[in-house]
Amino acid sequence: MGWAIAVHGGAGDIPLSLPPEKRLPREAALRRCLDVGIAALKAHNHPLDVVELVVRELENNPHFNAGKGSVLTTSGTVEMEACIMDGKTMKCGAVSGVSTVVNAISLARLVMDKTPHIYLAFDGAEAFAREQGLETVEMSHFITPENIERLKQAQEADRVQLDYTQPIQKEVPKDAALADGDSQIGTVGCVAVDSEGNLATATSTGGIVNKMVGRIGDTPIIGAGTYANHLCAVSATGRGEAIIRGTIARDVAAVMEFKGLSLKEAAAYAMDRVPRGNAGLIAVSSTGEVAMLFNTTGMFRACATEDGYSEFSIWDSPTE
Amino acid sequence: MGGWAIAVHGGAGVDPILPNERQEEATRLLTRCLDIGISALRSNLSAIDVVELVVRELETDPLFNSGRGSALTEKGTVEMEASIMDGPKRRCGAVSGLTTVKNPISLARLVMDKTPHSYLGFAGAEEFARKQGVELVDNEYFITEDNVGMLKLAKEANSILFDYRIPTLTTCGGGAAMENQLQMNGLPISLYAPETVGCVVVDKQGHCAAATSTGGLMNKMTGRIGDSPLIGSGTYACDLVAVSCTGEGEAIIRSTLAREVAAVMEYKGLNLHEAVDYVIKTRLDEGKAGLIAVSKNGEVACGFNTTGMFRGCATEDGFLEVGVW
Repeated sequence: MGWAIAVHGGAGDIPLSLPPEKRLPREAALRRCLDVGIAALKAHNHPLDVVELVVRELENNPHFNAGKGSVLTTSGTVEMEACIMDGKTMKCGAVSGVSTVVNAISLARLVMDKTPHIYLAFDGAEAFAREQGLETVEMSHFITPENIERLKQAQEADRVQLDYTQPIQKEVPKDAALADGDSQIGTVGCVAVDSEGNLATATSTGGIVNKMVGRIGDTPIIGAGTYANHLCAVSATGRGEAIIRGTIARDVAAVMEFKGLSLKEAAAYAMDRVPRGNAGLIAVSSTGEVAMLFNTTGMFRACATEDGYSEFSIWDSPTE
Repeated sequence: MGGWAIAVHGGAGVDPILPNERQEEATRLLTRCLDIGISALRSNLSAIDVVELVVRELETDPLFNSGRGSALTEKGTVEMEASIMDGPKRRCGAVSGLTTVKNPISLARLVMDKTPHSYLGFAGAEEFARKQGVELVDNEYFITEDNVGMLKLAKEANSILFDYRIPTLTTCGGGAAMENQLQMNGLPISLYAPETVGCVVVDKQGHCAAATSTGGLMNKMTGRIGDSPLIGSGTYACDLVAVSCTGEGEAIIRSTLAREVAAVMEYKGLNLHEAVDYVIKTRLDEGKAGLIAVSKNGEVACGFNTTGMFRGCATEDGFLEVGVW
């Protein structure tokens, strides 16, 4: 037992040849966010507060596909979504279609804490944010030149692009494993457990490049991209449609409970439910274990545990 | 074993003093929808087509809380949501925040069949509907007098009105007790209120499909999404089973109820009836809900921890039942 924390900055076809100027800022950001999380856990903050804090940091960083730096819809707009869940109480909050709220994860938290609902979206979510006095800005705040470029490329290729993808053939069946990539930017998430076994998870994203306006992915769907209960906390990333069908986050916990699998075995089992090239996840268990798995080329990830273990990786790690 | 099976529901949580006439109306509608589904199955339609067909019928009828007859938001408008899932490859489609689409379940089907996505909401969903040329109507079409009255009461009670309020069976005396009675989602008193609808089917090929549709919670905040469009919560289908849930949306989401039934079958090896029982008994905690399910073997089951659930089920070997309690 002891605390543990993991963060991710998206799974996808991150080429091994990723140039330093694209890799280093993300590495640095992820390390910094992990440190923020570790400090918060050491200071005995509740994991729910820790994951929200860490994800806020990631949202504010323009190098990830969440908050500032979110990928664009087919109309060139930003529609962000986020989700947070408390493993002990099973309380959760989710938002979609958020375009002016600086920190969507905090809005999700407020939905959880301040409404009788779990999930608010679009105009209703925006109105609630204003009622709550959350920080809002012009949508242009979130839009980066890189993402304008990504959208342009995607539209030229006339396809839907995952966070990290390779330009591919015209028709993209929903489950197509992604090929060569030019877009290296990912959904973010954080999972944490304290030394009492309290678990929490938070995920935030701008979605997929060139998505239809109004498209909702796996991130805000409890059991798909985000889930926590008394056994584990999970945050997934990758092709939303595949994660939804595979109810990935829920299944990690389900096989731990119903088949007695360990966290790592459960994570592997859940990942098998998603076709190659489609997803990754991070998870922590109530006993302080960590698992980080992906079936894409890479996943920006980092973790640390109270007994001193820590890891930062993008591609395959020998310890997985 | 084997053969087709079908179940439909019109919501969990029934007021025990529901007027007879209302019970009869509901029973007639459920029977009619069941018949439509049975005919379709006998004509060899696939499970996915049957569930869509049946739910369209339920949406069009103003009796239950979906399509016409949907519960109203705090603003007095209608925002509908639905989801559909096809067991064989676990393909799915969902929509939320619909205000002009006559049959939300059909739009959910189109999301599944015609887009690279699984879930569209609000303005984007409406735009997609327009482009697909589905039947669109004014928001007023969906609003019934009954529901306008209900909304008013809900606002007066200053609380969210659930579909059907359920009296708890505890007997207490005194005014304070009123608060504890007849509650679902913290709501008082009984009047009849509309209900989420759903259909699950296994066809002759053993393929399962599920569909759920709703107007959501009366007096809900604009933009509120419940369990019905969420895959794994209100709706789920895979090789083994198809499930559609109804009840307190937030409780269904927290317990990922629909997926739970399938998960205990897959991972614990329970059969359909055991799975439904287990999930209803152990996964809802304080939450109130119900569900219908069919298995690839042609079995049908329903379970609920509420006072009643409007439902109907039938199997190829002649079983047929429509119930309220």
